[in-house]
Amino acid sequence: MQMSGAQMVCEAIIAEGVKTVFGYPGGAIMHVYDEIYKQNGFEHILTRHEQAAVHAADGYARATGEVGVAMVTSGPGFTNAVTGLATAYMDSIPMVVISGQVPLSLIGTDGFQEIDAVGISRPCTKHNFLVRNLEELPRIIKEAFYLARSGRPGPVLVDVPKDITVDIGEFVYPTEVNIPTYKPTYKGNKRQIEKAAEAIKKSKKPLLYVGGGAVLSDAYILVRELAEKTQIPVVETLMARGVMGAGNPLLLGMLGMHGNYSSNMAMSETDLVISLGARFDDRVTGKLSEFAKYADVIHVDIDPANIAKLVDVDYPIVGDVKQVLEDLIPLLEDVNTDRYQAWREILKRYDELHPQSFVDSDTEIKPQWVIERIGELVGEQAIITSDVGQHQMWAAQHYPFDRPRQWINSGGLGTMGFGFPAAIGAKVAVPEKTVINITGDGSILMNMQELVTAAEYKTPVINIILNNQFLGMVRQWQSFFYEKRFSETDLTFQPNFKMLAEACGGIGYDVTTKEEFDAALKDAIEKDQVCFMNVAISRFENVLPMVPAGGALFNMMLPQKSEDDKGEK
Amino acid sequence: MSIDNERRVISVIVMNESSVLARVTSLFAARGYNISSLTVAPIPNSEMSHITIETQGSSRVMEQITKQLHKLIPVYKVIEHEEMVEKEMVLVKFPIAENLSDISALCSAYNGGIVNVGTEMVIAMVADEPSRVKHFIEATERYNPIEVVRGGVVAIER
Ligand SMILES: Cc1ncc(C[n+]2csc(CCOP(=O)(O)OP(=O)(O)O)c2C)c(N)n1
Repeated sequence: MQMSGAQMVCEAIIAEGVKTVFGYPGGAIMHVYDEIYKQNGFEHILTRHEQAAVHAADGYARATGEVGVAMVTSGPGFTNAVTGLATAYMDSIPMVVISGQVPLSLIGTDGFQEIDAVGISRPCTKHNFLVRNLEELPRIIKEAFYLARSGRPGPVLVDVPKDITVDIGEFVYPTEVNIPTYKPTYKGNKRQIEKAAEAIKKSKKPLLYVGGGAVLSDAYILVRELAEKTQIPVVETLMARGVMGAGNPLLLGMLGMHGNYSSNMAMSETDLVISLGARFDDRVTGKLSEFAKYADVIHVDIDPANIAKLVDVDYPIVGDVKQVLEDLIPLLEDVNTDRYQAWREILKRYDELHPQSFVDSDTEIKPQWVIERIGELVGEQAIITSDVGQHQMWAAQHYPFDRPRQWINSGGLGTMGFGFPAAIGAKVAVPEKTVINITGDGSILMNMQELVTAAEYKTPVINIILNNQFLGMVRQWQSFFYEKRFSETDLTFQPNFKMLAEACGGIGYDVTTKEEFDAALKDAIEKDQVCFMNVAISRFENVLPMVPAGGALFNMMLPQKSEDDKGEK
Repeated sequence: MSIDNERRVISVIVMNESSVLARVTSLFAARGYNISSLTVAPIPNSEMSHITIETQGSSRVMEQITKQLHKLIPVYKVIEHEEMVEKEMVLVKFPIAENLSDISALCSAYNGGIVNVGTEMVIAMVADEPSRVKHFIEATERYNPIEVVRGGVVAIER
């Protein structure tokens, strides 16, 4: 069928089964927007900033496992999208971003709104394309979706020059992809898996170390099965929260810089690390030479480049976590679960010694209380997104996540401003769930314009601002490591968050007591509109435990050793 | 782990598509790996090109380099050469006043010769193992070379 490049873009998106595209128009992409106007195969959501469009597509992808799609114009539209691409890239999120580009004849002339999108996005995309003629456009979009979702997922950019969107040609959308140089390995090597099973049976203190890859490969049922069958304790990374499910007695908790005591001690004392889709991020390992010092390592990862990148690995297994577990679990039928009994008891003791806890207060609201309270009030019905800072860590530590894809946050890049647009994307994807963005007074201001988007499209995201009037996480480091010189982290000058929300068509709440909090959350769920819930929390609360950057996991600053800011504790 | 910062030669076979060389070199730049020499040319009768990269690093770094190269979508194959034949070409310009027969003899010792004679200067060419090319260049010092252009290493697995 004859059609324009712009029509082809729309047809290809429809052919991929995409239901929602997030974006922002401009000169170079206008022909495509003109076709978007005419079609009804997918919905388009106009965010108020390109960064937010990409984060929204990202939130959509994280909530569903499907490819998120965003569309932006050339030049400033594209550069605004870069943080979104980098965020998705660092967390391996399947995404396709389509950007307009100046006409082919102008490329290389520093034309109006020209920027080398392919050059700029090279380090923060899984792959990128500049479309050079109309004939290759359908194949490129097909490949972009395939690359985004296969192997180790990631964002893919398709940069389309304006003249190509006008050209007319025959549209045949390919049904198959043939990239001879790209062959991801899904199935783990049989021999290696057998060896790993033997190692598990021989070990005395094994530990399952579960990362974001377990979420991406939808392996959670198998991870739980493996743990149940073997009775091996489990630690989760920030990205894997929810895989085991809160309350599972085998789950020790999160590990790493703000992990809990038993998790970090388990990693320090284990004799066999079984890593499932985790990448040994420095926020997890702390000082590498002390990390899992007494352990052999089984490392399962779909990306061969992740394996043995930082630690020596005894049993490397390249493959998809789910498929590897399908092969591994049957080999462990005869495992003797009593074997690890003593180990489980040691870890239980550690947990009793230093549980993940906090000192509550009657006079002010503690952020940890807020998190736990949200868990009590909405628990499993909610999808929780977060921004970046202390609130993110408190949420990761204290929320009772009971399934993967329930916890959506920027782990690898740590992008402030991610939470709200990602929450919009998640709400669009899973409208029946309550979507709550746990954010800080610093972070929320980085994409607050999305209040307008959420109000217009009726995506009733609840933003709970844990307001400490600080860039709290930076303030915490200043407290610990810079002798309390709070350089440029004081945020006492604030907008009126309640009025801000109202000005944009949402609802605002000011919360200063626990009672008010309960009432506000109940009201927000009932009213079902986008809102800002501005919660005044204790100003100097720190995220503990903490492993100072570069320190060994077992050298933790525990709550008892907290600083005495403003007479705290 | 074997010796750190050893010299290595890698061949990368890539699809001939736009900006593929940029993808390869920016990977080195972004990850702080060094490139000492780089040669590229299409492979005859194919849609591929052969990139030869001379670099150095520990075996862990080399492992990352090869794995990361593999991850690039247009990369077909990465060969970490062990048993290889490698050659490098070099062009050297000398003043005509120098002893041409000496220069000619030097060049033939290194698998080359004088390839151009002008009114002001002569140009010699040598193609040999990179280490021998280095020696050749050292040996030319006393004939006051005006310009030296090395071509970069090409390698083929034995
Ligand atoms: C875009 C961006 N800029 C800067 C930072 C560095 N940073 C990390 S946490 C943080 C403070 C966040 O403050 P706030 O949102 O108020 O959250 P809190 O830590 O107080 O909970 C900053 C500035 C970042 N992660 N992202």
